[in-house]
Amino acid sequence: MHRMNKLDLDQARIAQCRGYAARIAGGVQSYIDRHTTVTVERTVLRLCGVDGVDRFDVPVPNLMVDEVRQGGDLSRGVSIYLAAALKATGMDLPALSAAVAGGRATLLGHPLPDADEARAILQPLLDASFERILKNRADREQYLDRFGRREPEIYVIVATGNIHEDVVQAQAAAAAGADVIAVIRSTGQSLLDYVPYGATTEGFGGTYATQENFRIMRRALDQTSEQLGRYIKLVNYASGLCMPEIAAMGALERLDMMLNDSMYGIIFRDINMRRTFVDQYFSRSLNAVAGITINTGEDNYLTTADAVENAHTVLASQFINEAFALTAGLPARQMGLGHAFEIDPMVENGFLYEIAQAQMAREIFPEAPLKYMPPTKHSTGNIFHTQAQDTLFNTAVMMTGQSIHLLAMMTEAIHTPFLSDRHLAIKNARMVQTTMRSIADEIQYAPGGIVQQRAQAVLAHAQELLSTIAQGSLFEALEQGVFAEVKRSQDGGKGAEGVVQKHADYLNPAMEKIEEVRRHDQTLR
Amino acid sequence: MIRPYGDTMGDGKVQLSFSLPVAAGAHGIECAREIARQMGLPDPAVVDCEPMGEGFSHYVVYGMVPYGVEPDAIRVRDVDTPVMSMEEIEQLIADKLGRDIVFVGASTGSDAHTVGIDAIMNMKGFAGHYGLERYKHVRAYNMGSQVPNEAFIKKAREVNADVLLVSQTVTQKDVHLHNLVELVELLEAEKMRDQVILVCGGARITHELAKELGYDAGFGPKKYAEDVASFAVQELIRRKEQAGG
Repeated sequence: MHRMNKLDLDQARIAQCRGYAARIAGGVQSYIDRHTTVTVERTVLRLCGVDGVDRFDVPVPNLMVDEVRQGGDLSRGVSIYLAAALKATGMDLPALSAAVAGGRATLLGHPLPDADEARAILQPLLDASFERILKNRADREQYLDRFGRREPEIYVIVATGNIHEDVVQAQAAAAAGADVIAVIRSTGQSLLDYVPYGATTEGFGGTYATQENFRIMRRALDQTSEQLGRYIKLVNYASGLCMPEIAAMGALERLDMMLNDSMYGIIFRDINMRRTFVDQYFSRSLNAVAGITINTGEDNYLTTADAVENAHTVLASQFINEAFALTAGLPARQMGLGHAFEIDPMVENGFLYEIAQAQMAREIFPEAPLKYMPPTKHSTGNIFHTQAQDTLFNTAVMMTGQSIHLLAMMTEAIHTPFLSDRHLAIKNARMVQTTMRSIADEIQYAPGGIVQQRAQAVLAHAQELLSTIAQGSLFEALEQGVFAEVKRSQDGGKGAEGVVQKHADYLNPAMEKIEEVRRHDQTLR
Repeated sequence: MIRPYGDTMGDGKVQLSFSLPVAAGAHGIECAREIARQMGLPDPAVVDCEPMGEGFSHYVVYGMVPYGVEPDAIRVRDVDTPVMSMEEIEQLIADKLGRDIVFVGASTGSDAHTVGIDAIMNMKGFAGHYGLERYKHVRAYNMGSQVPNEAFIKKAREVNADVLLVSQTVTQKDVHLHNLVELVELLEAEKMRDQVILVCGGARITHELAKELGYDAGFGPKKYAEDVASFAVQELIRRKEQAGG
């Protein structure tokens, strides 16, 4: 699909960019491989089936990891302690989880088994989770085979704070024509170093990502999918301080896409960079085996910095996100690389620059389901003007063959969308999709014209940037504020204290299981 | 006396759109018409009715407002200091204050949008209006979005801020109002309220609202760095002169 060279891009230059990006990601990977984090360890527990909260609503995975961190040696991994406690107490996992929640049992003070024995104890628990994850993947494929795949996919957001109200809005949006529903998270959740528990009915600017909320929405959308004869995809955020835990929940509850960027948390949430790099690797490894499409966050660069001047940082970041994703075993078809339509609509020929950028992304990442984000920065309270601008965006989607089409709302910058805002947005998008269905196939760009020249210039500029970063390290580049003009220090930011250097005897049977599935998948590819 | 203007002076024409939790159709149209009548539009025309999923419908309605206002009787509290250019502001700081002015800005509380605060503070500015970072004699600290009020105050104290800028872009169920009020309360509790010029801005902010909430000024849409800086610098000078004599 999409193999073309309408922009006359220099293929050697693209290959060089990939080379630099691989070197950049590789430099970080050697750090990642030597470290674990508290949320990685909690994810291992969750994949073993640990769940629930104590009477203060502290999740049991947090209780266990904190216990080991304080009284044990987390650098060996939490698994060995879990195996030790299961063996010594003779309890099964649900009983042990409940006992730890009730303060009647602890992971500490038991003789530690050797690695092979620990693996043998945890094996059946992990097998059960991975069976479920792989069944979810197969079920998704079955739904898509039965109901068909669509492109572009219309992606809308719900954000009421109440999961039950979200269901009403999501089902209405799906009935109106949405293909993908994202439940926006409650503000500030990205900075919580735990995942809230159970069904939730209050949130700010969104709804808490909890495993129970995932389950409620998935069940509702499965019903809607059957009614409509279209598979409705569900999205949430594997980002922030609990990236891998939320990825695990998404894998267990059959989410279809997860926002997951290798650098977003660092730049926009001031999360420690070491923490983020380690967490993104484990979360992406899980997303990969679960068949979940990641959505990266390059659009954000353009909301803080100028979209004309910083276009090359988007492309450079796409290359870096691609390199990290490949390392984590994500195939291209699961890489929803992000970009956005954010050029000031009053810039002369700005639309041509948008087309250049979108077409360039399409050609450089031909297999990736690109995620194209709508205008927000230049949307004012004039809803009529915004609706017109949104139509231009919808046109760009069709002219350049984008995959995941995040719908623009005419009330952007005013309030979270009304039911009618979403309805009008879907109607607009469907009109443009229909009336321009095959327009991309009909378009060629003037040789040496504005669009070609712009794309070539952005590519050249991205190559320079990647080359500069590759000469040092990504850690240093982030310190210098290469992306979105935001500077972050290596030691600073939230969650830095949750990074732990691995012991020579570090054990992570969940990662071993992921690697086993990954090897199996790769032989099939 | 004036009324909304459609195509003839005094015709009172307005357009509305809204949704109703009823199915589209003759019954829904009559419901919409009745809503419009109760809003004071005597003979509303429902020009569009569309189904919107199960049990919901959307309407576009035109009507004639029988009411009018006397424009001369309407008073608006707006920021009344003159708006100057970047160069004039820089000169004024140099002449009258003789030191750097410190601005700390953030999109506080739950708001994840940085668009508003960036437009005012970033070097590049917005729509051709340079941001505060470009101003000579101004030190501008932009803390970005989702900044807790406590962290905002801590930063203000740390850098000895003269002016605090709070942005609230998108709101849901008026959460922005609680957040703005909380900041004022916290500043008062910290005995810092009188030591700073407190300014808020955003799509739904007016000067009137800002004053009501206990702010020194409020800036709505289409206000730029020079609007904010003009007010802040002149207010600082006024306070300095007041204190000095």
